[in-house]
Amino acid sequence: MASFETPAIGEYPVIPLLRADAMAHSKPFVAKPEHQKPLGFPGELVPDWERVAVTRLGELVSQSRALQVFLDSCVKCGACTDKCHYYLGTADPKNMPVARQDLLRSVYRRYYTFAGKHFPKLVGARDMTKDVLDDWYSYFHQCSQCRRCAVYCPYGIDTAEISMAARDIMDSVGLGQKYSNEIIGKVHSIGNNLGLPGPALRNTLDGLEEDVKEATGVDVKFPLDVKGAEVLLITPSADFFAEPHVDGLIGYAKVFHAAGISWTLSSHASEAANFSLFIGNHDNLQKVAERIREAALDLGVKRIVVGECGHAWRVAYSFWNTLIGPFDFLDARHPAPQHICEVTYDLIRRGALSFDKSANDDKVVTFHDSCNVARGSRMGDVPGGQFLIPREIIRACVNKFVDMAPETIGETTFCCGGGGGLLTDDLVELRVKGALPRMQALQQVVEEHGVNYMAAICAICKSQFAKVLPYYKHPMDMIGSVHGLVSNAIVLGPKQ
Amino acid sequence: MSALTVLYALLFYAAAATLVVGVAWKCWVYARTPQPLKIPIPPAPTTRRGVALRMLLEVTLFKSLFRSNKWIWLFGWMFHVALLAVLLRHLRYFTEPVWAWVALIQPLGLYAGFAMLAALLGLWARRFLVDRVRYISSPSDHLMLALLAAIAASGLAMKYLAHTDIVALKAFFLGLMAFHWHELPADPALLVHLALVATLMIVFPVSKLLHAPGVFFSPSLNQVDDARERRHTAGWSARGG
Ligand code: SF4
Ligand code: SF4
Repeated sequence: MASFETPAIGEYPVIPLLRADAMAHSKPFVAKPEHQKPLGFPGELVPDWERVAVTRLGELVSQSRALQVFLDSCVKCGACTDKCHYYLGTADPKNMPVARQDLLRSVYRRYYTFAGKHFPKLVGARDMTKDVLDDWYSYFHQCSQCRRCAVYCPYGIDTAEISMAARDIMDSVGLGQKYSNEIIGKVHSIGNNLGLPGPALRNTLDGLEEDVKEATGVDVKFPLDVKGAEVLLITPSADFFAEPHVDGLIGYAKVFHAAGISWTLSSHASEAANFSLFIGNHDNLQKVAERIREAALDLGVKRIVVGECGHAWRVAYSFWNTLIGPFDFLDARHPAPQHICEVTYDLIRRGALSFDKSANDDKVVTFHDSCNVARGSRMGDVPGGQFLIPREIIRACVNKFVDMAPETIGETTFCCGGGGGLLTDDLVELRVKGALPRMQALQQVVEEHGVNYMAAICAICKSQFAKVLPYYKHPMDMIGSVHGLVSNAIVLGPKQ
Repeated sequence: MSALTVLYALLFYAAAATLVVGVAWKCWVYARTPQPLKIPIPPAPTTRRGVALRMLLEVTLFKSLFRSNKWIWLFGWMFHVALLAVLLRHLRYFTEPVWAWVALIQPLGLYAGFAMLAALLGLWARRFLVDRVRYISSPSDHLMLALLAAIAASGLAMKYLAHTDIVALKAFFLGLMAFHWHELPADPALLVHLALVATLMIVFPVSKLLHAPGVFFSPSLNQVDDARERRHTAGWSARGG
């Protein structure tokens, strides 16, 4: 892998001048036939791929009003050009959201619009060629589908929708991305991204029970496949053992314990993540989501709660009702899937939990809004609940909390740089550079307020930051789970 | 009846038909195409009324654009408001008697003509001066600005440089609408102005000007954030699962 330089953090953020093709070399590993086939895609580039790609594009556009409108409506105003963290971090013009869209729009115009069919040069329409496909593979894998650009576009044009469509087209001609497709395959065959089978999962959970017992003297349970439990917890499999994710899982368990809520994990649906979202494939999206309904019905639970995972929460909040609803079999008081933060926040408000904030006194905490939570979902019952609730939980657990600059959090939050199926070592350069805007904002609160801990509620964000923080001269354990903070501070019943 | 009059009369019928049929057809395509998933973009309202308000603020004040970039907002908003005023001013060529409020806004429409030209030049300057915007501009983006600027300039030229026979022009358009044609004055400025306007009407449904109907159909802006409360299905999501 080519070596690269970590971008320097200046005194204030700057919009870089264009550096053409600065990231043209960045391409993730291509999926092998064994990663493609189980997902229903051709194993390798099909012979008449140009025709297949153009046909698939037409199908997708005819099935999605979003694509129709987004591909027609862009006026090239340029408002989105400086809003993408990958552009800000790499200066590659094709990482400007509108330029990324144009990679696909140019082909759509050529084959499906009057102007592009008859005056291709005039409107920047292009034939579907190998060069175009190469550009697609490179730059549609430099979009984390974070939707920041859509917040700023006067027509709400969402580049994420376009990059999902492009990836689906590439999959349909046999050019898939190894990282995402291999993982989706594992979910289909084993049940989670990590490929952790049921017995191994039970072992891991036993280990956690012992650890917590040792640390607190309390018998906090980590139940698996318990029929009749009240809550089914669906959480990213990273929570099962990776640091700092596992502290979050311990936090959820302690919350359920303290509130006296019976809960269970499921070995059938031991994964909240649904990477099918990233590759824009509806069949896989549906199929992966289906396991959760099956597990909930099988275990006879009354509530479904989702752990700290950004895109999983988007899928759960925005799509589950559509894909695997209606949830009429759940308790009427909790008729829809909830986020673990909603559960914890509700308990805090009702006074059902008590905290010793001093347990977190070694930390000055800030909070990174994860893009899929911030811009793809909501929490609670008011708009903006997804920003308020995690912060309220943190404030209940720590004494020192500060927010980063307002234009870098909330609905305009910057992506961690590793979302959307890009959290792979073959894209490290992109991930480090794409983290620049977040690192810039973090640097500011580190210098001004002595922040030494950044909490997040997304497994991808946590893994990504653990990887890139050291590039920016911060310790990798500076990143942690919100429920890790809860875990530290929560006071459990019979504590000596 | 001069050949020129016949030519322009037919041109305007064709342009009007293209505009109306083209835009109606596009709207029909947008309306017919399902949106299988919920993808509202924050700040997403949780009620239909909230969405209506959001849309109103987007199309009247360009709220998101204001947040994005003050220069684009300034020029873009100025252009659209000025265009509206100019169009309203032009109603006097199509109504007899002229409505009172149209008569009232005539001077306003005149200032608007200059504001429109200035805003267009501002937008155009960005396409040359800002490297990011230069990169994303196709020839058609420059041509569209050229077309609009030429329309504004030729219109102003008729007011201030080479007056045209407004009374005869009005008779021409009233005649067009009544299918009872009148002679069109053959002033060069007027002929240029009218030809450019007809061109704009014809390219509207096959160009980025589709953003005008498009914005109302944009799912990220027009969906209610209520995915958990109301089960949404459409297209493939209504068939599957
Ligand atoms: S969705 Fe995010 S990553 Fe993709 S182009 Fe927009 S801002 Fe960039
Ligand atoms: S902000 Fe929207 S309309 Fe403007 S260039 Fe970007 S995608 Fe196109």
